Amino acid sequence: MTALLEAQEVTKIFGGGLLHKRRTVALENFSLAIDNHPPSITAIVGESGSGKTTAARLLLGLTRPTRGTVRYAGKDIWSMPAREWRTFRRDVQVIFQDPYEVYNPFYKVDHVLETPVAKYQLAPTRAAGRALIEETLAKVGLRPEETLGRFPHQLSGGQRQRVMVARALLLKPRLIIADEPVSMVDASLRATILDSLRKLTRELNVSVVYITHDLTTAYQISENIIVLYRGSVAEAGEVGLVVKQPKHPYTQLLVSSIPRPDPDHTWEMEQGASEVGRQADTSVACRFADRCPFAMAICLEKPPPLFQTDQHRAAACYLYQEAPVLATEQMDAVFVVPTA
Amino acid sequence: MSEDILQVKDLHVAYHTPRGPVRAVEGVSFTLKPGERFGLVGESGSGKSTMGLAILRLIKPPGRIESGEIILAGKKLLELTDQQMRRVRLAEVAMVAQGAMNSLNPVMLVRDQLADGLLDHGIRPSERELNRRIAELLEWVGLRPQVAGMYPHELSGGMKQRVVIAMAISLRPKVIIADEPTSALDVVVQRQIMETLRRVQADLGAAVILIGHDMGLMAQFVNRLGVMYAGKLVEVAPVRDIFHEPLHPYSQGLIASLPSLEEKAVFQGMGGLPPSLLNKPRGCPFHPRCPFVMDRCKTDVPAPRAARPNRWVACHLY
Repeated sequence: MTALLEAQEVTKIFGGGLLHKRRTVALENFSLAIDNHPPSITAIVGESGSGKTTAARLLLGLTRPTRGTVRYAGKDIWSMPAREWRTFRRDVQVIFQDPYEVYNPFYKVDHVLETPVAKYQLAPTRAAGRALIEETLAKVGLRPEETLGRFPHQLSGGQRQRVMVARALLLKPRLIIADEPVSMVDASLRATILDSLRKLTRELNVSVVYITHDLTTAYQISENIIVLYRGSVAEAGEVGLVVKQPKHPYTQLLVSSIPRPDPDHTWEMEQGASEVGRQADTSVACRFADRCPFAMAICLEKPPPLFQTDQHRAAACYLYQEAPVLATEQMDAVFVVPTA
Repeated sequence: MSEDILQVKDLHVAYHTPRGPVRAVEGVSFTLKPGERFGLVGESGSGKSTMGLAILRLIKPPGRIESGEIILAGKKLLELTDQQMRRVRLAEVAMVAQGAMNSLNPVMLVRDQLADGLLDHGIRPSERELNRRIAELLEWVGLRPQVAGMYPHELSGGMKQRVVIAMAISLRPKVIIADEPTSALDVVVQRQIMETLRRVQADLGAAVILIGHDMGLMAQFVNRLGVMYAGKLVEVAPVRDIFHEPLHPYSQGLIASLPSLEEKAVFQGMGGLPPSLLNKPRGCPFHPRCPFVMDRCKTDVPAPRAARPNRWVACHLY
């Protein structure tokens, strides 16, 4: 069966040309298949430089992979005819991080909602289009009369981000890629936005790829998680397993570094792994080896494959080399399928 | 009980804009003990950063400290001349600002930037003595002495933030104001920077005011927490108390909306929106969003009351 959206062995390398000799491997051999029946939320988590935004851009067709293919409904998005490309663009929607930058300050908020309605002829008449917009705004918890007719600066960050959720939903997409959708929104509004994203996507049969640096919200809203480190998958699987009993030393470090909102559960004072590692030769070694407290000789020789440590989890770490190797393109085999 | 190192009394700060005064800080009072770690938490626009700047008297026009008192180690800061205040900054109260790592001069060696503060405060050590002090400062914040001979672009974000902390402690201040000191850093680095800050603070015996919006960081770092809302301090309590039993409805909402790593729960978002500071609601500024709103909340501003020992709250419920 073909998945809705599928990245297969995708690698993105920046630079390396005549002018930029230094090559940066932003993402290496990344595979992921997403379906929308039943709808699921998959989190891609990593720190800056982990390749999570590159993964989002590849899935959205905004960046062309150096190697590997991204397929929509079984077809390579970079060689599909214009008509199908348009369908892909409608079916796969995005919500970006910054609810300030995506608006043109000279246009009213209405503009970002009317444009897709007109472009994709979502409504037969202007009035019907208006009704559709108002209905969608109400779904994300905004009152149309307090939102439409205003300029972006007259709305708060939380309202603006909700308008973006509404814009994405307007197109009745099958998949939404949300790149840090709440990192610029105040805490008291963050929960509301994520909750509405989760509820709506379930109701409307939309799957979500949730890109974030925040393990806590990833745990709260997603079923499965992929932890990226310097462009490769460190650990992937069911979100509860990965977050509560992390196997990869990097995930362990990440989880132990979260400032928990609980004064009785504080950071142990012992020092974590070193902050900046030696620039290890990433083409041959595990990328975490230079910071890893458990590094062994083999870690410096070749990058570890994914080892399937549990039914619903795999970790790219030689500590688990007894476990069966899982080919990267089969990484989704460990994911749980949400019950409808 | 030791003497308070810092007292802020009924402080008012306003920014005078063409659309009217924005009352960013309205009647804030609190005290700080030597060596204490105090947190000021609030959403954007709550006035928390303005508080930090006001203590350093760094509010720029059109902003102005309208009234109130700031007493640092017995000195009334608002009565000092600009010259005198300059000497107090860094020597007695220092700041680690938000994104401070980007405020390092890109064409100056780390060494020279660290020396700048010392020289400006009239400390003229010999070349050898200066190098020794700089190496000592760097070591203190967990950096190798070789970093002195580097330029900021050669350092990672975390290392730059350590340099900024080294600057802040170079004259052994009594109070360090840290305004979102780790906001641009990854969690692993964030934890290391906060641990460094805690270590130097304890070594110095300095008090710290940590300003931010991340309740997780507050829980990890501070002893006592003040919650700001729309320019007012609405609750002050020891950090454990506020997490276990938040009194103000806003604090309650804030804590209920925190996603947990322990269990998957239904999110409890807070309804409504933060008010515009230009046009604050009458009475209690939180009343339009408050689940327990009463008639008097719409007209009377609640005064802070000691609702429990060692803690107070500004709410008509108590």
